[in-house]
Amino acid sequence: MEKVRAFQDPIIDFENFSFKYYIQSEPTLKNINLKIYEGEKVLIVGPSGSGKTTIGHTLNGLIPFYYKGEIEGSLKIRGVETRNLSIFELSKIVGTVLQDADAQFLGLTVGEDIAFSLENDNVPQDIMKRRVRKVAEMVGVEEFLAQSPFELSGGQKQRTTVAGVLVDDVPILLFDEPLANLDPLTGKKAIEIIDEIHSNTKKTVIIIEHRIEDVLHRSVDRVVVINDGRIVGEFSPHELVSVHVLNEIGLREPLYISALKYADVEVTVDKSPGYIETLKLSERDVQHLKDWKELVSKNIERVPIKKDDVPLLKVENVNFSYDPGRPVLKNINFEVNKGEIIALVGKNGAGKSTLAKVLCGFVNVDSGNIYINGENINNRTIKERAEYIGFVMQDPNQMISKQIVYDEVSLGLHLRKLGKEEIEERVNEIAAVCGIKEFLKWPIQALSYGQKKRVTIASILVLKPSIVILDEPTAGQDFKHYSEIMNFLSYLNSLGMTFILITHDMHLMLEYAHRTIVLSSGEIIANDVPSKILTNREVIEKANLKETSLFELAERIGENPTEFVQCFIDYERNLRGKNANEIIHL
Amino acid sequence: MQTRLFTYNRVDTFVHRLSGFTKLLCFLILTSAVMYTYDIRVILGILVFSFTILRISRIQYRDIKLMLIYVFVFLAVNFVLTFFFSPEEGVKIYGTRHVILYLFGRYNVTSEQLLYQTTKFMKYFSVIPLGMVFLFTTNPSEFASSLNRAHVNYKVAYAVSLTLRYFPDVARAFTNISLSQQARGVDLSYKAKLSERFKNASLLLIPLIFSSLERIESVSNAMDLRGFGKYKTRTWYTSKEMDKEDYIAIAVSLLILLLTIFVSVYIDKGRFYNPFIK
Repeated sequence: MEKVRAFQDPIIDFENFSFKYYIQSEPTLKNINLKIYEGEKVLIVGPSGSGKTTIGHTLNGLIPFYYKGEIEGSLKIRGVETRNLSIFELSKIVGTVLQDADAQFLGLTVGEDIAFSLENDNVPQDIMKRRVRKVAEMVGVEEFLAQSPFELSGGQKQRTTVAGVLVDDVPILLFDEPLANLDPLTGKKAIEIIDEIHSNTKKTVIIIEHRIEDVLHRSVDRVVVINDGRIVGEFSPHELVSVHVLNEIGLREPLYISALKYADVEVTVDKSPGYIETLKLSERDVQHLKDWKELVSKNIERVPIKKDDVPLLKVENVNFSYDPGRPVLKNINFEVNKGEIIALVGKNGAGKSTLAKVLCGFVNVDSGNIYINGENINNRTIKERAEYIGFVMQDPNQMISKQIVYDEVSLGLHLRKLGKEEIEERVNEIAAVCGIKEFLKWPIQALSYGQKKRVTIASILVLKPSIVILDEPTAGQDFKHYSEIMNFLSYLNSLGMTFILITHDMHLMLEYAHRTIVLSSGEIIANDVPSKILTNREVIEKANLKETSLFELAERIGENPTEFVQCFIDYERNLRGKNANEIIHL
Repeated sequence: MQTRLFTYNRVDTFVHRLSGFTKLLCFLILTSAVMYTYDIRVILGILVFSFTILRISRIQYRDIKLMLIYVFVFLAVNFVLTFFFSPEEGVKIYGTRHVILYLFGRYNVTSEQLLYQTTKFMKYFSVIPLGMVFLFTTNPSEFASSLNRAHVNYKVAYAVSLTLRYFPDVARAFTNISLSQQARGVDLSYKAKLSERFKNASLLLIPLIFSSLERIESVSNAMDLRGFGKYKTRTWYTSKEMDKEDYIAIAVSLLILLLTIFVSVYIDKGRFYNPFIK
């Protein structure tokens, strides 16, 4: 590769490039120097707000076409300065696949969606249909041309969005956070699809992501690390996980790398640790891992699953359907004890959200009973239920209806016609717990995503529910924000609060859940500790999860995967317990 | 599910095969006919016609149940209110007074008023099925392309089709927001006072607007990045030439309009059918 490059001009060339959005006082990109060569597959990583998305926008022309700002320095694509190109000319060179496939489908059918760009080029219908078919065959969606893209599986949706870009025969493909909002299995497939297209078409591929371990499921040529608007360095995947850069900028390193480090195994480039498949372990390393596991299982006391006489929440034989004859929930039975964090997982459409709606009384059960502290709450209204079971939606913007934090948090109390003093007392108490006391007089739209999330959680907690359900509390968040939200919940949990978290995030399960309940086609197929769930191949498959790299590492060194994963969980929780004081005051 | 309002469903019927533009045109022609005439015989004729079309397009009753109920309640309320505000409207129009039932004060039920109100009720009721047929059988993309062919700017046409398309999404978001706000104690039921319900509605609209804005940004980015708006014209993947069936449908609609006008001009000598003066 190096030799070839010497004779080749870069296809993308940033030289002392800076960019400042007009609405911001500081530049978002500072003095970027980066060369990308034809046919390369480059991963750009960085935490939220690092400027990685802005780099993507400069490449596809959304900057300065849609997002205005000041540009300094030079960015050449195929030797042409991009500021002299229109977004339309650029879109013929750089094809962009945006995050969240659902939000970018423009066509009513798969065929129409793929054709979108051809339509805008005034391509006659017969030629258009032929080209659409050809591209669809290339990515493998030709059978679905007449279907709605929303009816497809996650992987097929990804293929459709890629086809919509490939139909222009662009030389550069840009994937902007392709894994955001995907469940683990679909994410894995998406990475395989990108790899397949890269090796079949030899196009230049740029992936912008923060989920490093997931992207490194397939090989990349180079990883560019960006933080605070600057390029921190360019690494091979092996170098990336060997140096300390990821921890420093607040990104998550692969799980198996963490395990190696915990076990005092030195992670160096010569062990080719970038991918678990290429990782070389000496006999000494294996022994270290085994010793570590032994040590952890001896010394750390395992917290058993709680079992109360009268569970906080008891769901008994619940059935529900929207249309008669098509049950969405079938004979659901489970219990939640006070102080537990439960992860509720399953594919899209498995019935997770419906179960949450049933618990909150948004819809009524067809049969079965729901008890809180032994009291049947089937006949309570939505409003009354909220004082037993609170629900926090995924998107804070869908919950926030007031301008000022105080008004938002107190809304539920006002509507319950409580006295002014009591309201003030309760709001202040919750605000202190949630760490938003300083913000009470602030306008909500001035807060960050994580802070808004806290406000929505506070506005539910203020009603003093016994149990709170959160829908995808960490979806789309980078490691830093994920930790911020989860440490917050875990702190509330340490005060005795009980949570059910609807999630796809396997890290969340590993790191925070006491128990995982798996739904598949409206039935509970597993209800156990996370280490058992995540090492059960059948359950993993039915829930669209995937095996963690810890699983593979355990098998490599001849340890029982479930026990090894459990040791990892115990060790990390113990580690976090020691740091608990830092965590509360963020 | 609850959000089955306005969703295009794919079935192959005569009505589905018509171009979106044809359907819009026919809808407008028939609506003008109904709006023009106050002859209950003509209106009943069109009512039968529009329910037949509904039948032909194989729309399931359960899909339109909710909408039908809303419309029916609205019309019933309208019926009662019309009587309360102007009980003598029929007398004024037809120029005679045949009292059927004495109530109190100026509230007396007259045959004239009954005829007038029934006519009005039927007018609305005969148009509703046509609107539903249009919404349920029109492929938004194909509709956009046919609007474009009728010389509507393609950007406008596309905006219309996007609106039709994202309606179910917005409706779903609205349901979720409404449920979560109800859990916090927002009372949207009839139990709350009207002024309070008005205020409460804003508690739903603000989150709906803020969460939709993000959606709009990503859709508009996706469109820009794939070259929307590059040229003055664009072609359409889903477009259909007007054919014989389309011309037949338009002709039938025009015929109904002409008949309606004919009846008014030569038989009724005005927009009203007056059975009271022989």
